[in-house]
Formats: sequence, structure tokens, C-alpha cells
Amino acid sequence: MSTVRRRESFQLNAPKQEIALLANAVNLLVQAASSDGGSFQGPSIDEFFPPTLFTIAGLEFNRITVVRLISTVALILIFWLGTRKMKLIPGRFQSVVEMGLDFVRVNIAEDLLGRKDGRRFLPLLTTIFFMVLFFNITGVIPFLNIAGTAVIGTPLVLAIAAYIAFIYAGVKKSPKNFFRNALFPPGVPWFLYILVTPIEFISTFILRPITLTLRLLMNMVVGHLLLVLFFTGTAFFVFTLGGLWSLFGVVTFAFGFAFSLFEILVAVLQAYVFALLTAVYIQLAVAEEH
Amino acid sequence: MDIAAINGNIATVGYGLAAIGPAIGVGIVVGKTIEGVARQPELAGRLQVLMYIGIAFTEALAFIGIAVGFIFQ
Repeated sequence: MSTVRRRESFQLNAPKQEIALLANAVNLLVQAASSDGGSFQGPSIDEFFPPTLFTIAGLEFNRITVVRLISTVALILIFWLGTRKMKLIPGRFQSVVEMGLDFVRVNIAEDLLGRKDGRRFLPLLTTIFFMVLFFNITGVIPFLNIAGTAVIGTPLVLAIAAYIAFIYAGVKKSPKNFFRNALFPPGVPWFLYILVTPIEFISTFILRPITLTLRLLMNMVVGHLLLVLFFTGTAFFVFTLGGLWSLFGVVTFAFGFAFSLFEILVAVLQAYVFALLTAVYIQLAVAEEH
Repeated sequence: MDIAAINGNIATVGYGLAAIGPAIGVGIVVGKTIEGVARQPELAGRLQVLMYIGIAFTEALAFIGIAVGFIFQ
């Protein structure tokens, strides 16, 4: 039921998004054309380490930091405007904000953690979901063009928050037994602990935060590189080679456009997956030992 | 123009190889979810959540593959 409603609202907004995406594409094209020097240059990892724009009190701000600041301001503004004058019968804007908050509460927190624990960890899950969502979506917004989560800082901070949260949840639930249950799962013959304990230690306490970080970071890095590749490819075919080669440019442009749409999906999906996995880790930590 | 010549690092092939396993894994996860939903449509919501968790764990391997490419350049 709710998915149907969501899809309808998505379709209603579709024309506006397409225009925005087109502007995004053209913007990328022009930038690429001006910097193109004859031969084709694919995107490199240097994309993610832009030069410093300005310095405030010893803190260096580059393009990505500015993008993060803009999306933070947008996030605060949307929630402030959306919840400023709450009405019993919500207006259009308020109901969109409520739908987002409700999605995290019902589909992530209460679904996985239950009503009581869900309420306890709801602030963390909501923060993670909307922060990741707003930082991801800048990757396809015209003139911003890079995701705030495309450098390791943001994903790492969020992963550490999730890491602390699930260890806190486990220790709070059973102060003496949490680490014992995590490292020495009950019901295993003692000699197998030589094998099981290192595996459990690495997968629970080392790989969990690393995979949380890498999953988000690499999705955004790869998405950005793909888009840059498609649009610089279009610029190369149309402006540098010209003539009949422009036909290839049409193809790369179409693919770039399709992948821009795909990136919107990825941005939402990664926000969902990050919040979902945080909830799963907390759930595993607070689960009754068997 | 030498069409079959390969320049640069052999590690560029590595990610292609690293993606095979997760690709098969994600395929199995999604396929089995579709089977499950076809058998019991009323469980679709619950199965979808489990599917996303399964995909997230499986595709993590592919992303470790990308990261390793950058680390051992």
C-alpha cells in the first residue's frame, strides 16, 4: 500500500527531476569540454581530492566540504520548515516529512528492534538515514555534482557511531556476557573455539565497521566515476572528435542520463541499507542468548 | 593501432574477477527472494528486508575488491 503511494508521488515529481538531471548533464559537459586538451582523459581518483577553496580558523574547506555544508543546511531547513507549525491534518510538505520519519520508525526501527528498543535507538537510526540520504543525493544535484559521502570521512564517522551503538546496546543488555557470547558462541565444542573465536572476532569487531564504511564510500565513488566517465566521453566525442563520432556521444549521453537516474536509486538504497544494517547489528547485540 | 594490446596494471583485471563471486551471490539472493514471494506473497515485505540485508552482506565483498585496487596500486 505504502509503496504504491510512494511510487505515485515519485512519478509526480519525475519531470522536475529530469530537468534537473539534464541541467546536471549539460553542466558536466561544459566543464569537461573547457578542460579537455585533445586526447581523452578518463576520470581518476584525484576527483575526490579537490584543491582547497578557503580556510577558516585553520580548517581547510574544499569543494566536497562545501557540498556537505550545503546539504546539512538543506537538511536542517527542510526539517525545521516541515515541523514548525504541526497540524493534525498535515499539509503537503508536512506529510512528506512525516512520511520520511515514519518510514525510518516503522520499517527500520520497529520492524527489526521491536517497539521498546526501536524507540531507544530511533534518534540514531533517523540521523543516520537522513544524513546519508542528503549527503548521497548531492551526487546528482546540478552544480554540486559530488556526493558528500564520496570521501572516507563521513562514512567512517557514521560507521564508528553504529559500532559504538551496537557495543553499547550489547553491554547494556548483558554486561557480563556480551563479549563472551560474541566471541565464544554457546553450543560449540571447546576445541572448535580455536577456529571460531578468531573468525567471530574479525567478522564482528573489525569487519563490521569496515564494510559499513566501504559499502557506502565505494558506491558513491564508483557512481561519481561512472557519471564523469560518461559525460567526459560525450564531450570528447562531440566537441573534440566531432563529425560522425557525435553519434557515439549520443549513446554515452543516454547512458550517462540513465545512470544519473540509477544514482538516485542508489542514494536512497544506500541510506536505507546503512540504517538497516545498524539496526541489524543492534538487534544481534540485544538478542537473547540461546 | 594495436587493438588487443593491454596497457597498465594487471590489477585492473582483478576487480572484474572479484566481482564474479558477489554477482553470483546477489543473483542467488534475489532469485530465492522472488521464489519465496511467489510461494507466499503475504510475506513479501519481510522477505524484502531480509533480501536487502543479504545483498548488503554479499556485495560488501565486491566493494572490498574496489578498495583493494586503490590500496595496492
